[in-house]
Amino acid sequence: MKPFDYQRAHSLADASGRMGDAASIIAGGTNLLDLMKIQVMTPSRVIDISRLSGMDRIEPHGDGLRIGALVTNTTLATDARIRAGWPVLSRAILAGASAQIRNKATTGGNLLQRTRCPYFYDTAMACNKRAPGTGCSAQGGSGRMLALFGTSDDCLAAHPSDMAVGLAVLGAEVEIRASSGDTRTLPVTQLYTLPGNRPDIETGLEKGDIITAVILPAPRIGTRQTYRKVRDRASYAFALVSVAAVLKMDGDTIAEAALAFGGVAPRPWTDAAVNGLLTGKRPEPATFERAAAHLVPDTAPHPETAFKRPLLRRTLIATLREASGLAGQVDTARNAPSGAPQ
Amino acid sequence: MTEIFRMNEAQPRLLDETRQGLVGKPLDRPEGPKKVSGRARYAAEGLPEDAAHGVLVRATIAQGRVTGFGHDAIRDIPGVITLITDDRLLRNPAQGMAGAAPCQPGSQVFYHGQPIALVVADSPETARDAAHRLPVSYDAGTAITDPATKSAQHSGEPETSGDFNAAFADCDVTVDATYTTDAQVAAAMEPHAAIADWQGDNLTLRGSLQMLRFNRDELADSLGIDPAQVRILSPYIGGGFGSKLGIGPEAVAAAIAAREIGRPVRVVMSRQTVFDAVLRRTETTQRVRFGATGDGRIRAISHDDLVSNAAGEEFFEPVSQASQFLYGAEGLSFTQTVATISRTPSGSVRAPGEAVGMLAFECAVDELAEALNLCPVDLRLRNIPDTHPMTGQAYSAHGLADCLRRGAEQFGWAERGAPGARVEGDWRIGMGVSSAARKSMLVQSAARVRLLGDRAVVETDMTDIGTGTYAILGQIAGEMLGLPISSVEVILGDTDLPGASGSGGSFGANSAGSATFLAAKKIRATIADKLGCDPAELHLQDGIARGGNVERPLADLVDGEIVQEAVVAAGDTSKSHLSSGFGAHFAEVAVNQWTGETRVRRMLGVMAMGRILNEKTARSQALGGMIWGIGAALTEAVEHDPRTGHIVTRDLANYHVPAHADVPGDMKVVFLEERDDMGNPIQTKGIGELGISGAGAAVLNAIAHATGARVRNFPALPDRVVAAMEAAGV
Repeated sequence: MKPFDYQRAHSLADASGRMGDAASIIAGGTNLLDLMKIQVMTPSRVIDISRLSGMDRIEPHGDGLRIGALVTNTTLATDARIRAGWPVLSRAILAGASAQIRNKATTGGNLLQRTRCPYFYDTAMACNKRAPGTGCSAQGGSGRMLALFGTSDDCLAAHPSDMAVGLAVLGAEVEIRASSGDTRTLPVTQLYTLPGNRPDIETGLEKGDIITAVILPAPRIGTRQTYRKVRDRASYAFALVSVAAVLKMDGDTIAEAALAFGGVAPRPWTDAAVNGLLTGKRPEPATFERAAAHLVPDTAPHPETAFKRPLLRRTLIATLREASGLAGQVDTARNAPSGAPQ
Repeated sequence: MTEIFRMNEAQPRLLDETRQGLVGKPLDRPEGPKKVSGRARYAAEGLPEDAAHGVLVRATIAQGRVTGFGHDAIRDIPGVITLITDDRLLRNPAQGMAGAAPCQPGSQVFYHGQPIALVVADSPETARDAAHRLPVSYDAGTAITDPATKSAQHSGEPETSGDFNAAFADCDVTVDATYTTDAQVAAAMEPHAAIADWQGDNLTLRGSLQMLRFNRDELADSLGIDPAQVRILSPYIGGGFGSKLGIGPEAVAAAIAAREIGRPVRVVMSRQTVFDAVLRRTETTQRVRFGATGDGRIRAISHDDLVSNAAGEEFFEPVSQASQFLYGAEGLSFTQTVATISRTPSGSVRAPGEAVGMLAFECAVDELAEALNLCPVDLRLRNIPDTHPMTGQAYSAHGLADCLRRGAEQFGWAERGAPGARVEGDWRIGMGVSSAARKSMLVQSAARVRLLGDRAVVETDMTDIGTGTYAILGQIAGEMLGLPISSVEVILGDTDLPGASGSGGSFGANSAGSATFLAAKKIRATIADKLGCDPAELHLQDGIARGGNVERPLADLVDGEIVQEAVVAAGDTSKSHLSSGFGAHFAEVAVNQWTGETRVRRMLGVMAMGRILNEKTARSQALGGMIWGIGAALTEAVEHDPRTGHIVTRDLANYHVPAHADVPGDMKVVFLEERDDMGNPIQTKGIGELGISGAGAAVLNAIAHATGARVRNFPALPDRVVAAMEAAGV
């Protein structure tokens, strides 16, 4: 591990002022410490904001909530208001990591965690994200966890967060404090930049910017919310694909539909046209197939992610069936094969 | 020199006559409280104050030669002590029971990830940083990293009995299916670690090792010194699973470094290095062919496999080991092909052979049952042979039929129904079965038992890799000497003690247990003599000796102490008989019809594996094996980079051992009462590996039953299940 200075910030302004090229903010440290041990991240200064007061609160904000950046994943997922009004967020968080990690991981840190692309993690391998200009070892390499959308020739990595997918589907915003002291907000979906030819740049954050909170809009009354994550084991694994769905039914018609997808892109992936294909439609297989056909790309950027095409289609359909109530109904094709026992 | 007792004939079942009542009981491990309170000292703990820290440097080419190290780049880093580049450094750990140094490659590189140097520093952090920053120059060669490369492959002679081709051609119903298994790793919780400390020309090494008698010779040979100069201590091991059978790069590097700098040196592998440089289980491609008559009598069996290893290794995963004696046929044929490639070398990982061989073989049995439209349990029952179909050997004790019948009844197999018939919401439910078999062995092993009046001590260099050795050796000695378990102390893991078999191949309890038994039996003879009775009339219980109408406290009969040592080894019975554990695994799974996710709902393993020495530790081992079976069936896959061959899944976040949520609450193990008279003097069989053998196949057969689609690439990851369902149109 490369030697570094540990500095405890006294205020946000203090933290902001200490930041620079070789500095890194630490809060929960659940990702940063791993990366420092294997020298993928080698900050010479680590600025601890975890003891700053007032940033670990969940407070009313208009009809919504303001979630401090230091609120832990456990606190957020188990908050009674979240579970009642924004259940997809609770489900998304609980689908990630382990109880121990969620106890330490923070809201701001979760958003800024790095990709789990194995080539990013291995300093012997070329990686444009870790060492700009060296190349992308994932091209032509092993690629099960890579992205399906939003990639470039220079980077195929996916963002691993489940929480961010839950926030994206809810239209949450990120509150950012600039080094000037000014505060601005950005939709979670716009926090991240696509890799293009600069995969080392992952967000629109400027030097000295610190995420201070996440703002949830008013609860969408009457919606059904779910988070479906498919992974290589039942727990404690990153998503192969995940689907966050917020659906509102009006009789037997889908009145509102919002979807976001995880494990498939360098950011929580959303596609307004897919939402549009569902709105005003009856929840039936043909509707879901149309939405899936629009979402799923014709080709995968890496041969080892080709499986994510059928898997995303199937997971989307299964999630829509559940959120729309179709899954509980008897239908002819899938749910009642012949010869079913009594 | 203690005379070797050879197992040349069946021995009296003395442990069924003794009265202390310890053997078989589900007693707690005596060392358990130490382990859960941090007082058990593992290899990397108890660091001498003046110790330095070493970190291994890895090669980042797949084939070629190291031409130089940029020592200057790290020399001035504060805290860096030295760079060790020594021709004695190891390429990879020794294979089990080698007893000699493994490959010492000098400047040659055989795989990406190979240890090539050791950086020594005052702190582990500094050593790690310097190892990371050390420039290495190479003359890189062309590497073959794909085992499918024909030019890298070499096929052995077929092992045959009868004429497979003729029998197969003449069969009414045949199956010819090819399966693949991804590479696996042992993934022991405790990383490989060593502390080397020299006293003059004598070396003490604290290590995490499974077979000390062999490890001492391997370490001495690697260093070029006499084994008498080496003492290894390994009292506690945080999981081995085969990955700690042989001396490893960390131990030899620590010893060389400690000698050079004149201070103790500790080398602990990082988790990534454990993946890079510890022997993995090879990936396999397996072709299984069965031919049968229309009424379900198997006439032809063939199981051919492709495995890989690095150049110079002589271990080859014995994939078809159990396939050769599970079922009878007129024609049998088994051919192994080995690819010599540049990947992390392969070696023994829990149940080498059976763990992956039975995945394919037992799935093929089910495919045959489907083709015959026969119940898979019935098909297996119809084809159990009377003698070993290849060698003609008698079986020592054969419980397969009883296990299958008992398991089917207890599991509710009769309710299984037709494939694809049971659906609950989006989940398809299925049941699967597999036979289980794992050869049981007796390996030369010595133990010393000291009776000190009302207490006893067992001493051997045997190891406890979390399996329960401390418990069972205490139980055997206490049982034989008529002492409560609290009065027996067991001292293990020190090469200064009598040399045991070590822990491997499921033979530890058979071997070290028998040695302990025989040493205690000699003490019983001495006591009988003192009591003036025939040993057959001697009864020892709760510290009281009775015999020939005399009853005396044991303590009164012992003047000081009675010490006996015994050595046991295999004999004629190992040639005349095949000793194997047998069992039957049953699994019920739910498969999501949309996403292909599989959840195991319940599992049952019924096992006949000789005398059970400790019902609790035996059960834990059986359950652990079955859980690994879930991993082999569903989650565990090493990914190799297609260009460099290196392991891409280098940590426990990316190599997926089953999490708690993958393991059902309803996991049952049933032991059938059995005595194996031909295997060893205590009538036990190896139990450490039977649990994994076949367990995964039961899960995979349950997936096929649930979905009506057959996955042949293991593990059955969600996308592989989806692909199989889409191919089958279900």
